[in-house]
Amino acid sequence: MQTMETMEWVRGSLDHCVKCTICETACPVSNVTPLFPGPKYVGPQAERFRTAEGSPDASLDYCSGCGICTTVCPQGVKIAEINAKARAVMKAEHGVPLRDRIIARSGLTGKIGTPVAPIANWFLANPVFRRLLERTLRIHRDAPVPRFAGRTFQSWARRHRPPAAPTKAVVYFHGCSTNYYEPRLGEMTVAVLEHNGFRVLVPRGQECCGLPLQSNGLLDDARRYVKKLAETLVPYARRGYDIVATSTSCGLMLKREAMEMLDLEDDEVLRTVSAHTYDICEFLVELHERDELRTDFNPLPITVPYHAPCQQAGHWMGKPALELFALIPELRVEESDADCCGIAGTYGLKAEKYDISMAVGAPLFRQVQEARSELAACDSETCRWQIAKATGVPSVHPIEVLYRSYGLGG
Amino acid sequence: MSTDVVVIGAGLSGLTAAVRLAEEGRRTVLLAQGVGSTHLAPACIDVLGYAPDLVESPAKAVPALVAEHPEHPYARVAPETLAASVAWLRERADGLGYTGSLEENLLVPTAVGVPKPTAIVPEAMAAGDLRSGGRFVFVGLRALKNFYPAYLAENLSQVKLPSGATLEARAVRLSDPGREADVGPLDYARAFEDPVFRRAVTDELRLNLQPGEIVGFPAVLGLDEHEAVLKELRDALERPVFEVSSLPPSVPGIRLFRTLRAAFRRVGGRLVIGPTATGAKSGDGRVEALVVQSAAHRTTTYEAGSFVLATGGFAAGAILLDSFGEVRETVFGLPVSGVPPTDEPRFLPGYLDDHPMARAGLAVDGRLRPTDADGHPVYENLYAVGAMLHGAEPWREQSGNGLALATGFAAAAQILEEAS
Repeated sequence: MQTMETMEWVRGSLDHCVKCTICETACPVSNVTPLFPGPKYVGPQAERFRTAEGSPDASLDYCSGCGICTTVCPQGVKIAEINAKARAVMKAEHGVPLRDRIIARSGLTGKIGTPVAPIANWFLANPVFRRLLERTLRIHRDAPVPRFAGRTFQSWARRHRPPAAPTKAVVYFHGCSTNYYEPRLGEMTVAVLEHNGFRVLVPRGQECCGLPLQSNGLLDDARRYVKKLAETLVPYARRGYDIVATSTSCGLMLKREAMEMLDLEDDEVLRTVSAHTYDICEFLVELHERDELRTDFNPLPITVPYHAPCQQAGHWMGKPALELFALIPELRVEESDADCCGIAGTYGLKAEKYDISMAVGAPLFRQVQEARSELAACDSETCRWQIAKATGVPSVHPIEVLYRSYGLGG
Repeated sequence: MSTDVVVIGAGLSGLTAAVRLAEEGRRTVLLAQGVGSTHLAPACIDVLGYAPDLVESPAKAVPALVAEHPEHPYARVAPETLAASVAWLRERADGLGYTGSLEENLLVPTAVGVPKPTAIVPEAMAAGDLRSGGRFVFVGLRALKNFYPAYLAENLSQVKLPSGATLEARAVRLSDPGREADVGPLDYARAFEDPVFRRAVTDELRLNLQPGEIVGFPAVLGLDEHEAVLKELRDALERPVFEVSSLPPSVPGIRLFRTLRAAFRRVGGRLVIGPTATGAKSGDGRVEALVVQSAAHRTTTYEAGSFVLATGGFAAGAILLDSFGEVRETVFGLPVSGVPPTDEPRFLPGYLDDHPMARAGLAVDGRLRPTDADGHPVYENLYAVGAMLHGAEPWREQSGNGLALATGFAAAAQILEEAS
């Protein structure tokens, strides 16, 4: 167990760095561009030189925040977390661009875009508008942006009538992307859980977890958002309900990133929420371990390339989706070797980082295209959008594969 | 979570045990706090290099070492198991073309120009065998950090080979335009996968080679396309080409890691990287479950029939010496043997001295189970392998990867035998 649960513990972890360079071998960004000198250099090494005056150089901004460095470090150095904090300090000094303030507010953009979805979608798909957007805001013209669904998952959940006599209940933390862009994923998640005898509780007023704000260096705003979300969820956690998340990175925010990156290690509310938070596939695998997962899967005679997003590696749980896929008759899964698709949340949207993002994702895109499959699977939404945009292959959450195999689509 | 076997640690010993068990049909989970020692060490299998004099034949020297040091981990591995582990690795990593044998050590140059005795090497290093002498050219890449071919060649030129054969060595430095200083081995490994870069290298090099010279590169000749890169360089230069291992990160080690990881996946193994093992649940003299810190604010338990501890030694943080002089193994709190009493010196002043602390580690029984002070296994179903074992001094003996491979393989064999 961690004994020093304060931020000094995160920064202090740099003393465990033995300069072995394992993080550098795994960093998707430094492996494709000299603009980022790598996690060891920018993290534990440069951190020693960071004073109240800030960072020794600006290359830190090219860290995508994927977190792979922390995961592969055999000495337990919190490299990505050190970098995220340092980046926030740097951004506070030099100012956060308007673009970053906008793309970091996925909840707000979702709220604004939903009622005017057809118009908003038309604009976002319009090359002239995208070029304008690139010139004015520096959002790359080819970067994958989601389409507004024009309705919210919350409104569906309010109307939804659960089946009679569920034996147990679970809380669903859907995140902004499911609410505004992919409400179908939320509906399928509910269906899969209900199929397994759960009543699915969807707390109202689930706002953004603050992750995009945090990764864009807006730590104060991120802290406000995540604390508000945790307050929404904690009454359920206190009553012993588990909370499942379909958004890999937002789930990780609740599990540990908010506590580690936002000086919230000692926040009781977050700790309680964290203790009950599960990635949806992790949750279903644990059900299966207890023989409580229904296995009435219909054969699905297709090949699916599967990419486990880098933020999922940060959950330290292996690849639970693969174990679920293994239960589906006739399903062939091609596991990707790639560590990262390149998008890293909002990183790949930025004009100055788009090329890096595409270079990072190139091996994955190649693998997906070579599979010649009708669809690819990936847990994280921004990664799915990136894969779909780059390869033309529709990309779905593993839940959708389970949903199909259970025959829940009718 | 419940499974047949949990292996803790993803260095060579842990990977070996995990792949071996999974390929025999055991449901195996390999848990590791991070990526392991493969990325740090050359991928040679050093079985025994010094005992304490230069070892020519590990097959002969290991039994002698064991007779003299019955506490040495090699005493827990039967000679045929050691041989089987080597044969197994050669087969499992056939893409890397491991060559050599236990009968005689090769002598391959290190990056500082010292001949290093080693038993089994990736095919890419084999042409660097110095035993029968020859004329060697070492290629420098201008921006590559930690590889200085002139220094290497000068040191090597002064070496007196045991065979008395003549050794000539010189350096060639490529102009390698377009690269700034401080480029790491992986960047060059990727550069070598680019045909344009390879062409530039071979074109320049051809003008600088004399007939009969053998060419040594730093170990950066490609990663995923290593085989093709090596073949093309050999064809283009029309002579033997080999790799010299250098400082971390070790590209040959990363190739080995990827090869074994792929083998583990192929046989359905489950690899979980990230969590820290923090303790265990036990009862009736058996480990029932391993407890790990989850990414969430809770612990996760992994129940299994057998557990293999492959977390490494002091360097990996698997065994800790604190400022009060207390020594402990971090996951199970197992007793550590070979620690000098508190009133005796634990370390000597010289860095390379024979430190009294150097052989500290876990004592194990004949089945590689950690033992208590009376020599009884602490747990019936817990095995320990690799760098954490008591009685060896791998950096002095040149035995690190040999011990890792042999003990990882032997622990798997014990578990397989037990179940059958």
